[in-house]
Amino acid sequence: MDNRENMEKKYLEALSTYLKDQNEQALYQGQKISRLHIKYNISPEEIISMHKNNLIDLYPDLPEKVVDSFDFLLEVMMGYGIAYREHQSLRHQQQELKTEIEIAANVQHTLLETEIPDIKSLEIGAISVPARQMNGDYYHFVEDENECIGVGIADVIGKGIPAALCMSMIKYAMDSLPEHRHEPNSVLESLNRVVEHNVDPSMFITMFYGLYDPHNRQFSYASAGHEPGFYYDAATGTFSDLDAKGLLLGVDKKTRYRQYEKKVNGGDMIILLSDGVTECRTNDGFIERETLIGFIKKNMHLQAQEMVNNIYKQLEKMQNFQLRDDFTLIILKSKV
Amino acid sequence: MNITVDVNELNTEFIVKLKGEIDAYTAPKLRESLFPISERENVKIIIDLTEVSYMDSTGLGVFVGAFKSVRANNGEFTLVGLSERLRRLFDITGLADIIDIKSSTEGGLE
Repeated sequence: MDNRENMEKKYLEALSTYLKDQNEQALYQGQKISRLHIKYNISPEEIISMHKNNLIDLYPDLPEKVVDSFDFLLEVMMGYGIAYREHQSLRHQQQELKTEIEIAANVQHTLLETEIPDIKSLEIGAISVPARQMNGDYYHFVEDENECIGVGIADVIGKGIPAALCMSMIKYAMDSLPEHRHEPNSVLESLNRVVEHNVDPSMFITMFYGLYDPHNRQFSYASAGHEPGFYYDAATGTFSDLDAKGLLLGVDKKTRYRQYEKKVNGGDMIILLSDGVTECRTNDGFIERETLIGFIKKNMHLQAQEMVNNIYKQLEKMQNFQLRDDFTLIILKSKV
Repeated sequence: MNITVDVNELNTEFIVKLKGEIDAYTAPKLRESLFPISERENVKIIIDLTEVSYMDSTGLGVFVGAFKSVRANNGEFTLVGLSERLRRLFDITGLADIIDIKSSTEGGLE
């Protein structure tokens, strides 16, 4: 093999230079050769054999015992050669898995895609970023025939691939809900039955579902143990928690959910989030909900989509660009 | 970060003291310790969370799983010593309404 012959020549050159004059420069050649050996998959025992042959060529009078000692060393290094080849094979497998997960993440992305509705009285911004490759958060928009906007935000307890797979099921359960008006409490009640019935008993989902009726500017909502969002009241300029009580999905199939109503006035905002936003952990501990409100206030003059993008960027920076949990933030801004 | 699970058996009562952080990495260890106990008939489990410094939703999943298993086997499941932050997690998820939660370790525990 050309590479191998080439390597032998290089090794011989570098070795003889070093033995002639033991300087740093010559030693550095050794490091370079080491990298090349790794690149061309040359095993430790092959290197010893190379060393031995070169040494015999350079010093034909080498004592026989010294030459023999290399055969012993070669035997000793055999185990390292095997470990090295195993490492190579694992690296290869890992690369394959990584590629597969990337493809799965793309498939998931396509599966869970939702279109943000475009309506006159409401400006909508949404962002969802997974902590790792696959997302265990999910949001969903739907516009019914009466121009009412349904918004769902859900978070699987657990992270990574199992959580992401579970979320695809929620999406299909939502798609197969009856076409008539999506009352938030009945949406959660039917999803709860699906989750209770179909999902691993140690996997649970928190979810918030809201329905905005543009005709009377009424927002009805219900929550299944989901992290409460915020409501911004433009008239008083104050934020409050969008409190709603309800058990997480998948614990008890008979769970009933209470529905809440809110009149949305011009300039008001509804902020929905996943716990990846509030569980944002910085060097000084968790961020407080007040800090989050501060970020919202600072970006309030922007379009809803720019707002969520900016808030995400600021929180990402606070965590040194290392999300610990999937992050989802939705802002519904009522137009004046 | 790590977690230590200290199980004390007193008659049919198990007192489980947890120390450390409960997250995606430590949850499997917690699950392995809790599940065999939770499957016993009429078992009484008291879990002391006083020394738990952090818990994310993965930990919540473990407790709900154990709670369901204990309930299915006619046992009793109690959580004690929750910090304000932990308590909030159980309140938001609606679990505080179905799981017996005592905020202090008094009564039953030394």
